[in-house]
Amino acid sequence: MTEPVDPDVDLSDARQRRELRRSHYRVLAAVAAGGMIGTAARYGAALLWPTAAGAFPWTTLGVNAVGCLVIGVFLVVVSETWTAPAWVRPFFATGVLGGFTTFSTYCVDIQRLVSAGHPGPALAYLAGTVAAALVAVTAGTWITRRVLAAGMARRAARRAR
Amino acid sequence: MNWLLVLVGGAVGAPLRYLTDRAVQARHDTVFPWGTFAVNVVGSLILGVLAGAALSGVAGPALQLLLGTGFCGALTTYSTFSYETLRLAETGAVFFAVANVVASVVAGLGAVFVGLTIAQAAFG
Repeated sequence: MTEPVDPDVDLSDARQRRELRRSHYRVLAAVAAGGMIGTAARYGAALLWPTAAGAFPWTTLGVNAVGCLVIGVFLVVVSETWTAPAWVRPFFATGVLGGFTTFSTYCVDIQRLVSAGHPGPALAYLAGTVAAALVAVTAGTWITRRVLAAGMARRAARRAR
Repeated sequence: MNWLLVLVGGAVGAPLRYLTDRAVQARHDTVFPWGTFAVNVVGSLILGVLAGAALSGVAGPALQLLLGTGFCGALTTYSTFSYETLRLAETGAVFFAVANVVASVVAGLGAVFVGLTIAQAAFG
């Protein structure tokens, strides 16, 4: 298993360490392009499902949970099956998913709920987001590993016949 | 126009996270994901200042879209944060996994309150 510990960039991986030396602007451009797509998708979600002042921020919670599910699926696929071009991980994991999910809005959402006099929902949102994110990333990773392992076992069985 | 502001902020914030993460890892060779921790806390601080500036009427909707939704949203990340936490737990560093969640949330919230206080002092 060679999944990265840090999906943005992992300097313990020789290929990622060389990333900027080889193609500085190409990698940064890939991250920027992905960042624009992810950020636009989050903004679009906020316009589609606006959160009223003092209301529970379901949209941000949902966006963060979906981003965590997808990063789990993506990083397993990209590291275990498919020798993707070097720009794919920075573009999608660092750019799109990093731009889609947000930690700063999460923190300000909590502060807003507290100052609006809703400490209970603030605490539920604080813990609920952490729980949803960790369940989503774990489910995405585990299910994808299992599906890939089953596929590989099927192919190995076919070769053995 | 609103979309353009969000896109520009996102186009700057995401590469800055990548570069910050690289710079932090190059200086600290530890299992704790300091790079992601750093961008999340700094982004929360900036968004806290911005929220305070908006309350004082200094920051308008355009600046909030550019810096808040765009820049801070793309600079900070929940997907990388949760993936790193999972990988820490899976590789046996359960203490670091728990510490990452607790420290990130506490520091992020602290940064928002510091940011609001700075904005209050600066803009009244």
